[in-house]
Amino acid sequence: MITNRGKILEQAKPFIIALWLSLLFLPFKGFKAAVLFFAIFSVLLVSVKFFYPYKQIFTERLQTLNNAIHSLSVNSYISLVIRCVILALILSMPFMVRDYFIDVAILVGIYVILALGLNVVVGFTGLLNLGFVAFYAIGAYTYALLNTKFGIGFWAALPFSLVITSVAGFLLAIPALRLRGDYLAIVTLGFGEIVRLILNNWDSMTRGPNGISGIAPPEILSISFGKLSHYYYLVFLFVVLTLFITRRVYASRIGRAWVAIREDEIAASAMGINTTLYKLYAFAFGTFWAGLAGALFSGKMQFVSPESFTFMESVLILCMVILGGLGSITGVVFGAFILVLLPEVLREVQLYRMLALGVGLVLMMIFRPQGLLGGKGVSLRS
Amino acid sequence: MFLQQLINGLTVGSVYALIALGYSMVYGILELINFAHGEIYMLGAYLGIIFLAFFTAIGLTAYNLPLALILTFVLSIIFCSSYGFTIEKIAYKPLRNAPRLSPLISAIGVSIFLQNYVMLTQGATDKVFPALFGVAGFQFMSVRMTYLQLFIILSSIVLTITLRLFVRKTRMGKAMRAVAQDKTMASLVGINIDTIISLTFIIGSGLAAVAGLMVAMYYGLVNYSIGYIAGIKAFTAAVLGGIGSIRGAMFGGLLLGLVESLGGSYISGEYKDAYAFVILIIILLVKPGGLFGKSDLEKV
Repeated sequence: MITNRGKILEQAKPFIIALWLSLLFLPFKGFKAAVLFFAIFSVLLVSVKFFYPYKQIFTERLQTLNNAIHSLSVNSYISLVIRCVILALILSMPFMVRDYFIDVAILVGIYVILALGLNVVVGFTGLLNLGFVAFYAIGAYTYALLNTKFGIGFWAALPFSLVITSVAGFLLAIPALRLRGDYLAIVTLGFGEIVRLILNNWDSMTRGPNGISGIAPPEILSISFGKLSHYYYLVFLFVVLTLFITRRVYASRIGRAWVAIREDEIAASAMGINTTLYKLYAFAFGTFWAGLAGALFSGKMQFVSPESFTFMESVLILCMVILGGLGSITGVVFGAFILVLLPEVLREVQLYRMLALGVGLVLMMIFRPQGLLGGKGVSLRS
Repeated sequence: MFLQQLINGLTVGSVYALIALGYSMVYGILELINFAHGEIYMLGAYLGIIFLAFFTAIGLTAYNLPLALILTFVLSIIFCSSYGFTIEKIAYKPLRNAPRLSPLISAIGVSIFLQNYVMLTQGATDKVFPALFGVAGFQFMSVRMTYLQLFIILSSIVLTITLRLFVRKTRMGKAMRAVAQDKTMASLVGINIDTIISLTFIIGSGLAAVAGLMVAMYYGLVNYSIGYIAGIKAFTAAVLGGIGSIRGAMFGGLLLGLVESLGGSYISGEYKDAYAFVILIIILLVKPGGLFGKSDLEKV
């Protein structure tokens, strides 16, 4: 039996919540701002309350849309056409747009590689790595140091970057993998910070906060890739390579073992999978790509400094993986696209970018933990 | 020199200990590393400055300094506890049954949100706490200890002991221990889980607020980014002492403060922040249970 008092309380709830929140807001911005905040939030909450009954219908419509897109993509003829069109667009882009967009596109490419690498660790295997940026930094600084101190070219230094980063990942994993989920996260975070502190303070080797400049871009047959459009194609090739290899590994025994570990580690172990070994593989394989991305970053910016490798970067890459849906390769590529393009597109509201990221993370976890495109669950088709 | 660093280390360690208590309690109950806890500490520091400025503006500080300070303390604690309570309700409660990754990522989101919230509303430059205490202190055996340092260390110890008594002797405390042990069973014997969890957050946030205020008074400068690094160090302290243990948080905090202070002066000042991380990694590898905890087995 709903009493009158109960009904009034129900109606008043949005206002009470808005009042509470604006009281919390009060010391920080003053009385007038708090009143404004109260007004905005009341309107917001009342409209949420109003639209709540329609949520069911909305999610149903969204699901039908999702299914429609899926059935469209399964039809191989149409999907082939779509893919050709997208490929053509990507390949012809440098001729159609300004340098600024090519720059952004190169950055997107590098982040795609990073996100794919993290996806292996977090998405496939379910190990939360909050210090991924450390490996990005190791890859970048390895090439930077080899190039500026020993004059080694990109192609000769690249294997070093890759191997050293991978070995670092492996070495971190050996002790770290004994730990449970949350502790692993903190340890990786700690490792990330330690690497950044070392890069910042070991002046004799890394020149500290001044960074290393004058890094040569890659060259083939004395054609330097310094020109932006050339670099764009180079990055594109590497992205394709990364996608191809990651996809193939996902479909292989190793990839299946990783997903098994993610879904239920004890059952996987009972099935005969050496979980420790495969987790080590995951770390080594994932960080390998971070090394590649780092070397590409170095070659493009021709300058590295510890400032590019903060914890926030790790969080950003993690967001790309989460946004795309843990484990889904296409999703992760999308996530990287969105999280690199959105700040560029919304340049005017740059200040609120991080604020929105924080709120977005919480909302994503509560309402759509499977990412924008979904994609959890064991399936060989990403 | 050594004794001086010792005192400095104990002071800083007391602050870590207060924050670590909040981490320990929340982890004990929810098995969640509350990334946002460090930001609550930062909020406490900012609120202290804001309220003190308010009282100064209305003339209370000049009229009656102790009253203004006490009111500042009380208000900061109330507000921080409210923030902690609200954060739990919004960001953690909906994820109580989700896999472990989700609330952790949500906590990171809250942490990012709070940092930028303060940066946008209060500015990115450092905020100053008026130097009301000066360096009044006393001297013994060639070391100098300010009254403020003594106050920080003592209040930290007092608060820890109070909390421990609360958890071990009162009914509410018993309920908290029960929820930490087994949530389902606790609810079956009639304990309101939501209330207890909220209480945990409220107490933890209150302690973090005290820590923030002390830091504001001690260093005189605050910045929106102090929460992150203090949070990590306090978490290290909590793990060092054994996560879930109140005594552990205290000892872990003091120990960490000492290591940082002594290491910073004798080994290297530049890598001061790294000591916490190195200790964390070592502890987790060698004795994950920490000083006062037990190494728990993985539940099937």
